[in-house]
Amino acid sequence: MARVTSKNDSPLVPLPTNSFVPERDVKERPILETRHLGIDFGGLKAVEDFNITIGRTEITGLIGPNGAGKTTIFNLLTKVYEPTRGTILFDGYDTHNMDTVALNKLGVARTFQNIRLFNKLSVEDNVKLGLHNSIKYNTAEGIFRLPSFWKEEKKSHEKAMELLKIFNMEGMADWQAGSLPYGAQRRLEIIRALATNPKLLLLDEPAAGMNPSETAELMENIVHIRDTFQIAILLIEHDMNLVMGICEGIAVLNFGKIIAKGTPDQIQSDPVVIEAYLGKKHGGEA
Amino acid sequence: MEFLSYLISGISLGSVYAIIALGYTMVYGIAKMLNFAHGDVIMIGGYVSYYAMNAFGLPWYVALPVSMVVCGVLGIVIEKLAYKPLRNAPSLAVLITAIGVSYFLQNVALLVFGADPKTYSNPFQSLNADGTINQGISLFGGSLSITYVSLVTIASCVIIMLALTFFTQKTKMGKAMRACSEDKGAAQLMGINVNRTISLTFAIGSCLAAVAGVLLCSSYTLIQPTTGSMPGIRAFTAAVFGGIGSIPGAFLGGLLIGIIESLAKAYVSTQLSNSIVFAVLIVVLLVRPAGLLGKYVPEKV
Repeated sequence: MARVTSKNDSPLVPLPTNSFVPERDVKERPILETRHLGIDFGGLKAVEDFNITIGRTEITGLIGPNGAGKTTIFNLLTKVYEPTRGTILFDGYDTHNMDTVALNKLGVARTFQNIRLFNKLSVEDNVKLGLHNSIKYNTAEGIFRLPSFWKEEKKSHEKAMELLKIFNMEGMADWQAGSLPYGAQRRLEIIRALATNPKLLLLDEPAAGMNPSETAELMENIVHIRDTFQIAILLIEHDMNLVMGICEGIAVLNFGKIIAKGTPDQIQSDPVVIEAYLGKKHGGEA
Repeated sequence: MEFLSYLISGISLGSVYAIIALGYTMVYGIAKMLNFAHGDVIMIGGYVSYYAMNAFGLPWYVALPVSMVVCGVLGIVIEKLAYKPLRNAPSLAVLITAIGVSYFLQNVALLVFGADPKTYSNPFQSLNADGTINQGISLFGGSLSITYVSLVTIASCVIIMLALTFFTQKTKMGKAMRACSEDKGAAQLMGINVNRTISLTFAIGSCLAAVAGVLLCSSYTLIQPTTGSMPGIRAFTAAVFGGIGSIPGAFLGGLLIGIIESLAKAYVSTQLSNSIVFAVLIVVLLVRPAGLLGKYVPEKV
């Protein structure tokens, strides 16, 4: 694991100069930096030259039309896919050769577009699986129920309950995850991801299928999570109210490439973005 | 009274099947593969305990853990060498590999231990005051006798069942196993090491196979390289019967297959006992394709 302390000792091509992070995060090392990240599926360049820098407590939005490669980028950042090109620096560590588990231990957690809870397990057990690596007892201690088992189980139970409280779900702890209502499943996925103690939380369409009032509540919750845990959040979302409402920086993706980066105001008035979403105006240069 | 004694021997036989079936079902639940080499791990477990007791003169309560450790390690090695490289291969390739491993183990045993059956001395017996060997206890003035092996077998099966249920329901590694069986990708994103979880599953399954090996050889007092194959197939049947992937299902399926086999041998015909067992299996699968306790999952289109 090579720790990159400054950009000067890196053999890589210098970063594009247009990367930005919120002012409060400027003094600290960014939590995520990707350089010329790309992946090919056969001949198709699914993601190309993806450069992004995310501050330690920043909420960033990743938007773009369907099929632009947003979820592919999440899969790259969590090493579900191995990138074809480029570098991912997480918290200053080069993640080359790391697998999903190693990256999770380093502090990357995510939720899924199509909810992937452990449906047969209880709500509490789902959260406890997120706590898996912070529970310290081994298999033998578990089988023979040694004191360390009880101590750690008690601790993880308390921790799980504390996390469930964020979304007022502690009353549902014994429910089977698969039997939860849809909105609660989405919230449970976020809690489960938080349980892994991440530094960067990736949310894949957290508001999908939610009604406006649920979405408004979710927006508050996301900001609340950021403030409480002091973590960075990168989210994919089609709901523009949510994206424009809580994201500090936004990257717009189309055909695997970033076509615009900026604050919500800049993005909303960017002609390239408007073109990607609405198409070119006839006769106009756009 | 006669019926009761057949029933008890059926429960005892079924307990062995259940212990073996647990190994099949756990591996299937997590690795989604049928480990047909499981039956031959039983045989290896039997031989290891045979040599531990006969060549090294160890008592059974030392020989059993030794054989469990050897089989546990063997299970991990088999998984690492034969199955892990095929993790993303089509399931048929894995199935054929498992059959290959099964024949490999049988033939290695043939080479190392020889083809002739060895007499396995039953460690679960006591000496009477007059020097005769006492195989079990008699009840109701000698009209019902239960061997110690049967008692030990039934007791081990219950203990194993309780321990495994506790393990999978309550401990973090057990929950990690259940998580892996549902969604390996999501489990990895929780920081769960899927490879280690699969290894652990194979290790537990193979340890149970060793227990089954010792119990099986103690009751048949004979061991040869093909000792494990028929019980292996029956236990696989039991796992399917109960609903493969389900731990209580393996337990129930094992017991039922054992009882059916024992009663069929007693009241119908010894030659036909296998046919009856498999006929019952076919009928059950026609009515409940996912097994007794299995859940039918419609394929998503």
